[in-house]
Amino acid sequence: MKASFWRRLLSGVARYPEWVTFLFLVAAFVVSARLSPFFLDVFYIFDSTSYYVEIGILALAMTFVIITGNIDLSVASGLALVAVVTAMLHVQLGLPMEIVIVLSLGFGALLGLFNGLLVVKLGLPSLAVTLGTLALFRGAAQILAGDHSISGFPEWFIGADFVRVGGIVPLPLIVFIGLAVIFGLMLHKTVFGRYLYAIGANEMAARYAGLPVDRVKLAVFVVSGLMMSVGALLKVSRLSVARYDLAMGWELAVVTTVVLGGVHIYGGRGGIIGVVLALFVIGFLRTGMGVANIPQENQLVVIGLLLLVAVGLGILLERFRRN
Amino acid sequence: MRSTISERPLLQARGISKAFGVVRVLDEVDFDLRAGEVHSLLGENGAGKSTLLKIFGGVHRADQGEMLYRGEPATVDHPQKARELGIALIHQEPLTFPDLDVAENIFLGHGTTWKSRFIPIKWKDRYREARRLLDELGVRLDPRARVHGLSTADQQMVEMAGALSQNARILLMDEPTASLTPEETRELFRIVQRLREQGTAIVFISHRLEEVFSLSDRITVLRDGKFVATRRKEETSIEEVIRMMVGRPLGKFYEREEAIPGKTLLKVESLGRGRRFSGVSFEVRAGEIVGMAGLVGAGRTDVASAIFGIRPADTGKIEIRGEAVRIDNPAQAIRLKLAYVPEDRQHHGLVLPFSVAGNVTMASLRRLFPRGWLRPPRERELAEDYRTRLSINLRDTSQPVWELSGGNQQKVVLSKWLITEPEILILDEPTRGIDVGAKQEVHHLMGELCRQGKAVLMISSDLPEVLALSDRILVMREGRLTGHFRREEATAENVMAAATGQPLPGEKGTPVSSG
Ligand SMILES: Nc1ncnc2c1ncn2[C@@H]1O[C@H](COP(=O)(O)OP(=O)(O)OP(=O)(O)O)[C@@H](O)[C@H]1O
Ligand SMILES: [Mg+2]
Repeated sequence: MKASFWRRLLSGVARYPEWVTFLFLVAAFVVSARLSPFFLDVFYIFDSTSYYVEIGILALAMTFVIITGNIDLSVASGLALVAVVTAMLHVQLGLPMEIVIVLSLGFGALLGLFNGLLVVKLGLPSLAVTLGTLALFRGAAQILAGDHSISGFPEWFIGADFVRVGGIVPLPLIVFIGLAVIFGLMLHKTVFGRYLYAIGANEMAARYAGLPVDRVKLAVFVVSGLMMSVGALLKVSRLSVARYDLAMGWELAVVTTVVLGGVHIYGGRGGIIGVVLALFVIGFLRTGMGVANIPQENQLVVIGLLLLVAVGLGILLERFRRN
Repeated sequence: MRSTISERPLLQARGISKAFGVVRVLDEVDFDLRAGEVHSLLGENGAGKSTLLKIFGGVHRADQGEMLYRGEPATVDHPQKARELGIALIHQEPLTFPDLDVAENIFLGHGTTWKSRFIPIKWKDRYREARRLLDELGVRLDPRARVHGLSTADQQMVEMAGALSQNARILLMDEPTASLTPEETRELFRIVQRLREQGTAIVFISHRLEEVFSLSDRITVLRDGKFVATRRKEETSIEEVIRMMVGRPLGKFYEREEAIPGKTLLKVESLGRGRRFSGVSFEVRAGEIVGMAGLVGAGRTDVASAIFGIRPADTGKIEIRGEAVRIDNPAQAIRLKLAYVPEDRQHHGLVLPFSVAGNVTMASLRRLFPRGWLRPPRERELAEDYRTRLSINLRDTSQPVWELSGGNQQKVVLSKWLITEPEILILDEPTRGIDVGAKQEVHHLMGELCRQGKAVLMISSDLPEVLALSDRILVMREGRLTGHFRREEATAENVMAAATGQPLPGEKGTPVSSG
């Protein structure tokens, strides 16, 4: 009786790995609250989200990429490159910011297209391609910007995180939630979403069934590029400067978020809700550790451990499910 | 029970039960196996045959019951354990490693002691040994060829060679003949006979009852996971066995009625691709079943995948409904109302972790949901519909398709293509691994499709099936069409002669000129 209860519970959890993420979230909240009393302040929690929703925006697109059985390691350096180019277009070429926003969205999509074409047309593994563009994008950003911080943005563009909707919820968080809803609907309710899972689970069968496999993969990388731009714009707005070393090393946090959210690293499984929960796990921990003055290196250790636990747990649960 | 068969069982199973979740798949099954016998296991799709073999092979663990090996209780809880006892399992769906070569796959199970794992392998010897094993099986396969891209039959032969290399005392063969031609089946049976004479105990599963009766010493029937009976071959008959399998007498076998073919729906002219095939020309008309016979590797699947745009042809042309078309990918083929049921269901036909409902709608999503929004109730409804029409044995249409038995998986693939509402169907081994009752249903279904004016091109290695169903028969050998018979003139002999290239005295039928 008792044993079977635990088995049933476990197999339920295995089917919905989001529950594990949810438990992590509760734990992260408790830990952070103990680390700093500030953490229980609602305003503080809301304010702090602005620091990590940019990770979340990249993670949404990464969820698509990973579900198709690919990976995009160039998201963080792509974000930096878009940020630098955005700044140069406005500050050095003097284009109006409204137009620059459109251009930078297009530029991000182009970066994604570049990744996608290398993967789809040349048939290269996305891990190798985006490892290359990870270095390439960051290098290009550094060549363009040097060691300077580029500033000189219009008033209205700066400080998105100080715009509070309803007097309390900061704009970046609203953007993230809006995007999460759109991504969630696309993934779970549309034919396109079904294609993503099919490609990740059995690309051959997807081809035989006439699915537009190549076009879907391209689209996924382009979406990833677009989210680099959205992330870049929010980040530049918040910091009011662009530098080549923005979002340094964030690809690690992004992948961790997705995997911690129950998305299977080999593709074919996972969902948006888990990823959203996972973002707040990582966000709370980062904020908690930040206010407790835990040094950056130690924070990295925690994120790394989390990634290992998440991957391990995901694979163990999968094995249990198949028993 | 005299003859060479020993009286004492080599392997004995008593009261074996197994459940997956709440579903009981085996219920107190008894089975015994003696050295030097071929013991066939019969039952409908989903009766639990593969599950029983997997328990013997250490892949699954029984929930209840015991196993005796040479009279001693034995626990076979791991494939490694089975191997140590000399038990070799040849899976229904070949379990090969696509990125390794043939020889590496054959010897994969070796090096089983801790120490032997670290002794460098003498590859030269191994390739020679692999060559010898393959020759013994009568297969022309290069031991250095990568397994990726080999046909199901060839992969099965690789598994078979692996089993031979282990000098297995117990050989468990789960539908080894399902994708073999009569010629290859004979070859396989010769090997099985020899192993039997050497005292190997063999369990054999097949849905082709004539085969079972020609090969076996004893026959055990399972129904819905329950043991029905074990009989010596001489004591029973095909009719009795069918009755035991289905629990009722079977309906009428499908008889092809006189077809009145309509206009030509599919026409190919001197189609060719690289060195795989060339000069292939034929047509299929509405209301017609054209059978395509040939040995495994004759290029039939290559032709089919060229027509369907999976690997497009580089010479020749294709006409659909009288219009010349270019088909570069399956999506275009589907828009032209073509359907292709592939031979390899696990890799090409199904997304195994998807539900049954998710699989059957896969090739029609755009048409079913033109707005792009999924409607799961509609998907379930369709799945339910086809579950009844093809009597697919499953628990729930939301069940992942990998849980279904082989034959039922095949029906899911068929459903998926019927849902696309095709006019031209290319069926590659459509009844592979399907039980007698279901096979009949599929044949009736094909007849029904013809009556609706669809054109059917059926690739099959089951010669009786080809002869019984086809209005015309095409034969391929080594990438070329070597025979073209009308229904009246086709016989097993002249079709096989065209397939093997051995001339037949007084040959009928018109060899199609190539080029
Ligand atoms: N891993 C699994 N999880 C859940 N159910 C399973 C699993 N494997 C098999 N089954 C179920 O067990 C039953 C018996 O399956 P099995 O593969 O043994 O049938 P079979 O007699 O070999 O049929 P076939 O002739 O079609 O190959 C089927 O109903 C199948 O759906
Ligand atoms: Mg089976």
